Amino acid sequence: MTESILVLAHVDENGAALTKASLEAVTAGVELAAQLSAPLSIGIVAAIAPSGTCVLASTGARLLAVSGEAFAQPRYATDAAACEALCRAAAATIVLAPGSARFTRVAAGVAYRLGGCIDTHITALSATEGVEASRWFYRQRVEAVLSRDARPWFLLLDAGTHAAFAAEPATAQIEQIAVELPAVRTTVSGLRAPKQDAQTIRPEAKMLLVAGAGWTKKQPDGQIHVDQAGELILGFLRHTGASLGSSKSLVDQGGEGVPVLPFLTHMNQIGQTGATPRHAKGLSTCCHGEEPHVVGWRFIGDRRAISLDPNCGWTRGKADVVYIADAFQVMAKVNALLGSAKA
Amino acid sequence: MANAVHIVVCAGIVPDPLQTLEPVTGPNGPGLKNEMVLPSVLDPWAASALYEAANLAAKNPGSKIWLVSLGPKAKLQQVMMTIAQKVSFELVPIDGPIGGFPDAHSTAAVLADSIAAIPGLDKAKLLLFGGWESATRGAGVTLQLVGERLGITDQFQGVDQIDLRDDGSFEVLERVEGGKHQVSVCTGTPALLGWATGNLAEPRNNPQIGMANMRTIMPALQKAKPAKLEANGLRYISASLPKQQRNTRVVKDLAPDEIAAELVAWIGAE
Repeated sequence: MTESILVLAHVDENGAALTKASLEAVTAGVELAAQLSAPLSIGIVAAIAPSGTCVLASTGARLLAVSGEAFAQPRYATDAAACEALCRAAAATIVLAPGSARFTRVAAGVAYRLGGCIDTHITALSATEGVEASRWFYRQRVEAVLSRDARPWFLLLDAGTHAAFAAEPATAQIEQIAVELPAVRTTVSGLRAPKQDAQTIRPEAKMLLVAGAGWTKKQPDGQIHVDQAGELILGFLRHTGASLGSSKSLVDQGGEGVPVLPFLTHMNQIGQTGATPRHAKGLSTCCHGEEPHVVGWRFIGDRRAISLDPNCGWTRGKADVVYIADAFQVMAKVNALLGSAKA
Repeated sequence: MANAVHIVVCAGIVPDPLQTLEPVTGPNGPGLKNEMVLPSVLDPWAASALYEAANLAAKNPGSKIWLVSLGPKAKLQQVMMTIAQKVSFELVPIDGPIGGFPDAHSTAAVLADSIAAIPGLDKAKLLLFGGWESATRGAGVTLQLVGERLGITDQFQGVDQIDLRDDGSFEVLERVEGGKHQVSVCTGTPALLGWATGNLAEPRNNPQIGMANMRTIMPALQKAKPAKLEANGLRYISASLPKQQRNTRVVKDLAPDEIAAELVAWIGAE
């Protein structure tokens, strides 16, 4: 089968530049096009049409863009129309796109409109015997490699699976694609950060700190020390810039109205019904369940854990190092060391 | 009853998250070992959608909830014994295969046809609910495909909150990158909402609701239409458990000071 490849990309919330995830998809597109000796197109959705110099010039791809005020905000009706127009203009058989909130909202609908098919959360692509894609099933428990005959085949790539495309800006010809806008019934009014003392979810952080329910359990003195736990966790985040993940049990306690770690929301949750973030390092504290270690940690590079349970079966084989110790004591010392190093 | 809505919740059934899963390859492609005997639960994110639907219906008298679920009849019956005690709904069961490996496009086609055939459903009042991803395939595409098939072009994914206003419009909070929510206002139904966890706790079991639901659920299960899911050219080259097993170093005898020093060195290392 002769393939042609389209990479869909979009700009960030400021409208200034392509998102990192979009540039990762560009890298995937460039690599796949080289493997298949296939023509490559890149389609950009942005409020203001890119023009003049562009970092994508060196890809050698045909550059397409859909622009206008209607595309300033992510929204199903307008984004689906934009992506549909780009796909029809490129007539591609393989469509790669970042698995961003913006494109995951619309890509399946666009695939349906084009009579194609879609797979998401792609972690790897190969083109040895036709195009094959790797993804996980059952929340990161089963890994599968699959292929499809139907075209166009949309593949949404997980963030962090490819390096972001980088090149010196150069002069580029960008074709403007006209879009017939549908009736718009949805108005996007902006972004809202969750109600919490500080933003604790940081996808770009090198480290993930996972807080488990042990932080809110009775300590050796027979008392619960939630305030101290909160100070230790937030102190660590301040010192390291780490992102905060939580086990389901700890987040659920907050949802039941119990005043525990008020800065935690379901958005922090990792695992079966939470996120599966990608960070270079992960430190798990007071976690004694399967989800943080097996499901939520699937894409964490270097993993360590602090646990009181030397027989915790979930850390064995999942973490690189497990410290059998009281996390309250250890984290207090860690914060003190990090603080003195900064001073 | 100006804001009475018709809420259709699409919810699959999935293996209990605490079960050990092992893929096996059969004549029809991959599946799970002993899949039919694994205990099942309602898909967690779809369950959030169902609880949010019940909350919305309670605030808007005259509203109605349908629960559309695809799975083997026996499994559906097992799961409904629990779910039926939590919120009131009318079940639209579809007797079909279970699991994450069937093609999402075929699943969506079956679900859309079943929804379109629901007697008394007013599509102008329709709120199509479901989980934004399942705990099986986890692709986040099935609900979107159902929406497209039904002609719904106001779709929201990763939803944590909906506020229905007196004029019929509603505000939606959708999860986006960086732990933020995108805030949107839609002029009214029909719309599609793929739910994340929402903000509601799981409702307590209420035997009275259960008994009322089961009066309609059992006959509906007996009449469940069989559905065959086509592969649509989807081929699995492999399906396997991750082989990566870490050689865990268990450190038992270090004082907190020493552990802290080791951790700080590790944090600072590139």
